[in-house]
Amino acid sequence: MKISAYEQVKIARSNERPTSLQYINELFDGFIPLAGDRKYGEDKAIEGGIAFFDNIPCTVIGLEKGSDTSDRISRNFGSAHPEGYRKSLRLMKQAEKFRRPVICFVDTAGAFCGIAAEERGQGQAIAENLMEMMTLKTPVLSILIGEGGSGGALALAIADEVWMIENSVYSVISPEGCASILWKDPLKVELAAESLGLTAHDLIGFGIIDKIIPLDFTVLKNEIAGFLTGSSELDANDIVSRRYARYRKF
Amino acid sequence: MLNKDSFKNPELWLEKHNKNKLVGERPETLPSIPEELWRSCPACRKPSLADAVTDLLEVCPQCGHHFNLSARKRIDITADEGSFIELFTVVGERDVLKFPGYKDKLESAKAASGEEESVICGKCTIGGYETVLCVMEPAFMMGSMGRVTGERITMAFEMAVSSELPVVVFCASGGARMQEGMFSLMQMAKTSGAVKFHSLAGLFYLSVITNPTTGGVTASFAMEGDVIIAEPGALIGFAGPRVIEQTIRQKLPEGFQSAEFVLSKGFLDAVVQRKRLKTFITSMLKAHS
Repeated sequence: MKISAYEQVKIARSNERPTSLQYINELFDGFIPLAGDRKYGEDKAIEGGIAFFDNIPCTVIGLEKGSDTSDRISRNFGSAHPEGYRKSLRLMKQAEKFRRPVICFVDTAGAFCGIAAEERGQGQAIAENLMEMMTLKTPVLSILIGEGGSGGALALAIADEVWMIENSVYSVISPEGCASILWKDPLKVELAAESLGLTAHDLIGFGIIDKIIPLDFTVLKNEIAGFLTGSSELDANDIVSRRYARYRKF
Repeated sequence: MLNKDSFKNPELWLEKHNKNKLVGERPETLPSIPEELWRSCPACRKPSLADAVTDLLEVCPQCGHHFNLSARKRIDITADEGSFIELFTVVGERDVLKFPGYKDKLESAKAASGEEESVICGKCTIGGYETVLCVMEPAFMMGSMGRVTGERITMAFEMAVSSELPVVVFCASGGARMQEGMFSLMQMAKTSGAVKFHSLAGLFYLSVITNPTTGGVTASFAMEGDVIIAEPGALIGFAGPRVIEQTIRQKLPEGFQSAEFVLSKGFLDAVVQRKRLKTFITSMLKAHS
C-alpha cells in the first residue's frame, strides 16, 4: 500500500523513531559531548562532539529532539536557537583544523521561532553556517533521520552527500504552514504535503539527496564506512569544489 | 460651476449644487486638489503632496516613513544615470513541482510588477565606481526566492569574481518561495556558496536590507555582507512577526524586528536614511576600490 505524503510526515515526526543521540551511540564508539558556542550559551537542541567510527575520530553533530517528555522540553523539541547553530559551526571548524570528517544528523521541525531567537540573530546564525560549511576543508556527510524542517535543517545539511533514512521528510515549509499561508485552510495539509515534494523518493528524483537508507543501523554503518573511505582519498580543495558544484546545479 | 445652463432652470441647479450645503452633508467631491497629487502615508496616515514625497525619494515628509520602492525605481536612484546594464535575464522552468496555482501566481506577479522575476541584476557605476548591482522586487510574489532568483544572484556574484568587482545587493523578500519546494531552499545554499567564493577572492559585498526582509533571504545572502546596512524602519527577521506571535501566543513589543532593533542587537553596521544611501554606498565602494 502506498503511504501518502502526509502519512510520511507523521511517521517522520513519530516519537518512536530513533533520535540523533541513538544514531550516534549505535554507529560510533566513545562519544564525547562538547558543549557551548563560546559566545552566548549551550543549546541542548543540538548535540555535538567527538566519536570514533572504527577507531577513526569524527566530529558528530545532531539536532536532538530528546527521549522523554522532560528531556524533550530541555531540548526545545529539537528546535535550535542561534547558539545551537553557532556551536555546530564551532565544532565543524574544530573538525577542519584537526582534519576530522563531520557527520551531521538532522531531525527538526525547524529553527526556533521566538523572541530570543530573533534577538540573537537566528537568520545570521543560519546564514553563517551555510556560507562556512560550503568551504569547510574536510569531508561532510548529512543524514536526515526524521523531520527536515527548512532553514533550520539546511544549516546542518551543506554536505558532500546528503542521505535520507526511509520515511524521513525534508521540506521548505511544514505542510501545515503551507496550507494556512497559501490556502488559509488547515484542512489542506494533505494537498500541501503532496505538492511540496518532501518525501525521500521525490527528493532523490530531483537530485536533492543522494541516497535513501533503510532504518537499519548495520546497513547505515556500511554506507558510512564507504563514504569515509571514499572521501579519505580526496584532496581538501577537491572536496570543496565538488561540494559547491553539488549545490550550484540547483 | 456657474454657466448658461444655470439660468435655464435655477431650481434644479441650486438643488444639484447646494443640496449638500443645505442638508449639511459632506459633498461627494470636494473642489480640491486631484487625488493623484496626494499621497497618504501608511505609517502616520497623514496626506502629503505627491511631489514632496517624490522629492524625498519616496519618504513621507511628515514622519520619515520610507515607502517600499520598486526595483526599477531603486536602480534609478542608486546607479549613476544611464550606467545600469541589466544582465542574467535568464528565466528557466520554475514550476518543476506542478504546484497548484503557481503558474497563475507567476502570471499575476508579472502583471503586478512588470518584471519576470523577483530580482534584477546587472552592472553599473555608483558614484563613479564600477559595481555589480542586484535589486529585489517586493511586488513580485513578495520578493520570494525561487530558483531563477537564486540563479540570477549566483551568476551576479560569479561574474563579480571573474571581473574582480564589488557587489551591492538590495534585499526585500518574504523568504524562500514555497511553490518551488526544496528547490527554493537549495537557493539559500547556492547563493551562500557564491557569496563565500566572492569573499575568498578578497572582494567587497555590501548588503542593503529594505522592508521587509525575512526567512530564507535573511538566513542567507542578506546577512552575509562584509558590511550590512538597512533603511529606517525596515522589518528584518528570520521568522515573520505573525509566525512568532502564533508560536509563543503573545503580542510582540512595538518596534520588534525593526532595523533599529536589529542594529541595537549587533546585527547591522548602520541604519541609513534613503537620501544618504548613495553617498554611503559610494564611500564604501571607494574604501574598497
